[in-house]
Amino acid sequence: MRARLLWRKGLSWFMLSLTGFCALGSVLVLFFILGYLVVNGGRAINWAFFTQLPKPVGESGGGMANAIVGSGKLLLLASCIGVPIGFLGGVYLAEFGGRTFSFLVRYTTDLLNGVPSIVIGIFAYSLIVLPMKHFSALAGGFALGVMMIPITMRSTEEFLRAVPKPLREGAMALGASKWKTIQRVVIPAAFRGILTAVLLSLARVAGETAPLLFTAFGNRFWSDGWMHPIASLPVVVFTYAISPYDDWHRQAWAAGLVLLVLVLLTNVISRTVLSRGISVTRS
Amino acid sequence: MEISLKATASNQPPANSSREGVLAEPLAALLTRMKISRLNFFYSKKQALFDVNLEIAANRVTALIGPSGCGKSTLLRTMNRMYETLRNVRLEGEILLDNENLLALDVVQLRRRVGMVFQRPNPFPKSIFENVAFGLRINGYKGSLADSVEHSLKRAALWEEVKDQLHKSAYALSGGQQQRLCIARALAVDPEILLLDEPCSALDPVTTAKIEELMIELKKNYTIVIVTHNMQQAARVSDFTAFMLNGVCVEFNPTALLFTTPSDPRTESYITGRFG
Amino acid sequence: MSATTATVQRAGPAWAPRVFLRRLANGDAVAHLITLIFAAAVILITASLFYILWRDSALPRAAFGWNFLFTQTWDPVFEKFGALPFIYGTLMTSFLALLMAVPLGLGAAIFLAELAPARISDGLTFVIELLAAVPSVLYGLLGVFVVVPFVRTVVGPALENSFGVIPFFKGPGYGVSFLTAGLVLSIMIVPFIISVSREILMAVPVDQREAALSLGATRWESTWRVVVPYARSGIFGSIFLALARALGETMAVTMVIGNVPAISASILAPGYSIAAVIANEFTEATGDLYLQALVELGLVLFLLTFILNGMARLLILATTQKGTAHE
Repeated sequence: MRARLLWRKGLSWFMLSLTGFCALGSVLVLFFILGYLVVNGGRAINWAFFTQLPKPVGESGGGMANAIVGSGKLLLLASCIGVPIGFLGGVYLAEFGGRTFSFLVRYTTDLLNGVPSIVIGIFAYSLIVLPMKHFSALAGGFALGVMMIPITMRSTEEFLRAVPKPLREGAMALGASKWKTIQRVVIPAAFRGILTAVLLSLARVAGETAPLLFTAFGNRFWSDGWMHPIASLPVVVFTYAISPYDDWHRQAWAAGLVLLVLVLLTNVISRTVLSRGISVTRS
Repeated sequence: MEISLKATASNQPPANSSREGVLAEPLAALLTRMKISRLNFFYSKKQALFDVNLEIAANRVTALIGPSGCGKSTLLRTMNRMYETLRNVRLEGEILLDNENLLALDVVQLRRRVGMVFQRPNPFPKSIFENVAFGLRINGYKGSLADSVEHSLKRAALWEEVKDQLHKSAYALSGGQQQRLCIARALAVDPEILLLDEPCSALDPVTTAKIEELMIELKKNYTIVIVTHNMQQAARVSDFTAFMLNGVCVEFNPTALLFTTPSDPRTESYITGRFG
Repeated sequence: MSATTATVQRAGPAWAPRVFLRRLANGDAVAHLITLIFAAAVILITASLFYILWRDSALPRAAFGWNFLFTQTWDPVFEKFGALPFIYGTLMTSFLALLMAVPLGLGAAIFLAELAPARISDGLTFVIELLAAVPSVLYGLLGVFVVVPFVRTVVGPALENSFGVIPFFKGPGYGVSFLTAGLVLSIMIVPFIISVSREILMAVPVDQREAALSLGATRWESTWRVVVPYARSGIFGSIFLALARALGETMAVTMVIGNVPAISASILAPGYSIAAVIANEFTEATGDLYLQALVELGLVLFLLTFILNGMARLLILATTQKGTAHE
């Protein structure tokens, strides 16, 4: 009996320590990634990286100004699609939705959230690239926009639901209509949360590569307007990383660092500063 | 609190009336299983128990009564050190279990010796059989599981109702059956002391009566401590009663004595307040 | 629109027109309708996604039928397309990823939910969720320059020397392999397993733990024999969710799997995955049949993840009673 108790307690201690190591290991991975990118990317990054265009193969130096601007343009386009649908859909789910239809919408949203990004790329290709007969920023922005919808919509819904009941009832008691109440009281109260949601969804699609490969494609020069192929940071990281040139590898590290810092900063800021005191749903 | 007191002040006659004239058994004449002295308990900075002294007599039912928030559940949870699952709590004072320092015992073994039944029935999402067998399995019980499970279920007066459906989910049982299952589960590891934390608060009167009967039966073999906010229940089942108020043990006496001639005016007002 | 009329009808037929007019005037009906349209857009998008994948894969479906899924030849020149090597690669890498990620993720989730003080748990979870936000192409980047050399020089030779007789570990390894892809994928999906499982474990009622402890269980016994089984279906849900991620992951796998359409028993051999072949060949696909074969691969991937996600959501729903369906 005594020996068995010792064995049980030893096992308990051992297994629980093991779970601690699992947690520690998972956390260390992030610091490893961060450290590795900072070291390798830091070496390659300089002012020219942000201001110049890529140099032709064989010449060293140059930068990725076009990819940085390109990513910005793609994200702007994506927001034009993802934010209105996500936001208004979220308002519907939180405020107007019935039972069955809302369930259907939620379920579909969750499933859309799980669709592999490369498949979304095929969708945008068939819908926009094929009819236009060439790659374009528009197609890339559309693909990213579709990916933004689920996160924005579900988070908007959660944040609207979190608005305390007395606040709504107060407005309703003053004779405001339901829509006026939502518009003047509920949405402002949930505004910071919704902004967080939008930022988080932007951060997520900012790093997406797969859906851009055959929609926005890539461009070694400036791209004007929305109808031409356009460069973006994640795609540049990919093409440079698998290239055979050392100089390009360095550039890939630099671009990777910029991307990581942007994404992590957006995440940290929106999760800590903006949404202090409100719980953020996972993407 | 006032409201709830009034609301539960039922139309029954005072329960203690039937006990008038019954000679109260003095504590000193009995074997003491557990002795609590000068116990102070803190939830971070807030003190929940003040200098509590208590003796638990062997093979008797000891009831802890008092208004909610008085610390009776906290006191109960010191007896099997269940408070240790909480963070930022601190305990001062001494608890002896059979003259051994309870705080120095191995907590896993201690909890096997001091079983507990909770306020709400909390069976595991397993079959009836596996619920009762759980404690035996983890302790590496060598004998026949089936016999032991049957024995425990019989002790908890549940065997007749479930003997044909031992492999059904415990969640299929009614609330009262689930609570008796939890008692059987606690009995299976053969504890010496059984702690009951308001075991009937989630149950209807008929089921409550069953469990009360069971307690009187069980005290032949076990030492029982029960927390209850129902004074009639304390009067019906217990041999000793401790009345607690704001973390202080105001009065601790044989039940018959405490309910007929309370020695502290606060006890009296609590009892009379309830009984109207 | 149907929901709007339903609400109006519930107000009583005699009053319906007047109620409707009032709601129209104060904007309620309009707002309801507009938000409803946007909500419905999600269903429309998802449905058209499926429709387009179906429509644009008609040629290979007609040409190869079910054989598409079960043949091994992928030859664009002679227009013979069989998806088996890609399906195998996708399943194999995901399986390897789960093999490594599930114990690690579940262990970490147990620590965070059961042991760590609330503040430490929240802090670590925050960091782990940041890990989930790292773009997949960066995992690929690190995969190419860190994990591939590591597998080529350390893990591969070690496995081959110890277990080389077993076909699973037969060399020689080039660094790019099923194992490498599985390793990178496992790092990517661990955060999902952790954060979903942690939440599910934390939703297990305290009284279950207390019941186990009160019977003389150790902390580990209470966790492993009571809390984890209680949360079982939700944990499975989180694993399915992670699996769906792994199956659909494109960039990281493309960069480290080696891109060779072959089925090898050895996990040290290079392979290919569905997502990777789409990423690599889509822009170069000449001829409708070739392109549509790639779209059909996308359809396969879509259906796989769709089913997995659907099951995962239902499982999580069943344990936490929230998730997809509020109320």
